[in-house]
Amino acid sequence: MKCTEFLKELTDYLDGTMDSATRVELEEHLQWCHNCYVVCNTTKMTIEIYRNNEVYDLPDPLRTKLQTAIISKCKGKKHKPEA
Amino acid sequence: MRMEAIQSKATESAVSDELALVQAAKQGDVSAFEQLVKRYDRNIFRIAQHITQNREDAEDVVQDAFLKAYENLEQFQGNSKFYTWLVRIAVNESLMKLRRRKTSKTVSMDEDVETEEGSMPREFADWSPNPEQQYGQSELGDILRKTIQGLPTSFRTVFVLRDVEGLSTEETAEMLSLSIPAVKSRLLRARLQLRERLNRYFKKNKDGDGNHQ
Repeated sequence: MKCTEFLKELTDYLDGTMDSATRVELEEHLQWCHNCYVVCNTTKMTIEIYRNNEVYDLPDPLRTKLQTAIISKCKGKKHKPEA
Repeated sequence: MRMEAIQSKATESAVSDELALVQAAKQGDVSAFEQLVKRYDRNIFRIAQHITQNREDAEDVVQDAFLKAYENLEQFQGNSKFYTWLVRIAVNESLMKLRRRKTSKTVSMDEDVETEEGSMPREFADWSPNPEQQYGQSELGDILRKTIQGLPTSFRTVFVLRDVEGLSTEETAEMLSLSIPAVKSRLLRARLQLRERLNRYFKKNKDGDGNHQ
């Protein structure tokens, strides 16, 4: 397996959505290719860092303000009939 | 296995509880809808802010998306989860906001901005085991925001829906009217570009522990 082929499969590999034969091939490649090992490992970390850290938090005062506005507007509205 | 069974039961009950809230809201029960707002407003704000990159626009999107959902509840058939239906509305509202702001630039999910070369890794330094611990919470937030803001809209949107919000490839494809291979290709490129850009902040210090080079 070449590095470019490895890269093409990286998303399925990280998501665990590939057949076991391809997975074995990829893992064999990872054993001897340091660069792909690093790319795989740091890409996994990239995803985890974005998943675990709140990049855009909704502060409580703003949250309450938005909720109040939404609900008071809903009270004045009716559902549109089914299309 | 046991744990999975418990989790799956919990998911099932959350879905049926959600459907009950939607049904009640359809009958005009605004407090039932309020519970749905409280359940998902943080997610919708996060998605909107990621796509529009503008705080005021994100606030508008939260309001508009929930109002649109409320008005159109009758259209919601329950074939999909309420949350994915709501996110679809929010993504469309966000893209409309973005288009309005960037009148001279095209904002499209079809953009295929860079060639394969644009996502080829160039940095091969390993990172320290817990890279985010090198930074304080607010500094880390700045780094993550700055880094993701530089991605093309379509890459950013796919990354946020798939990796931050945890939606499936199929759901993301449906929401953005993209094919599954197109979602996968954008996701791969988004992940690789973010990794490349984060490298300068997180790579192992030359004199740090565990550096084998």
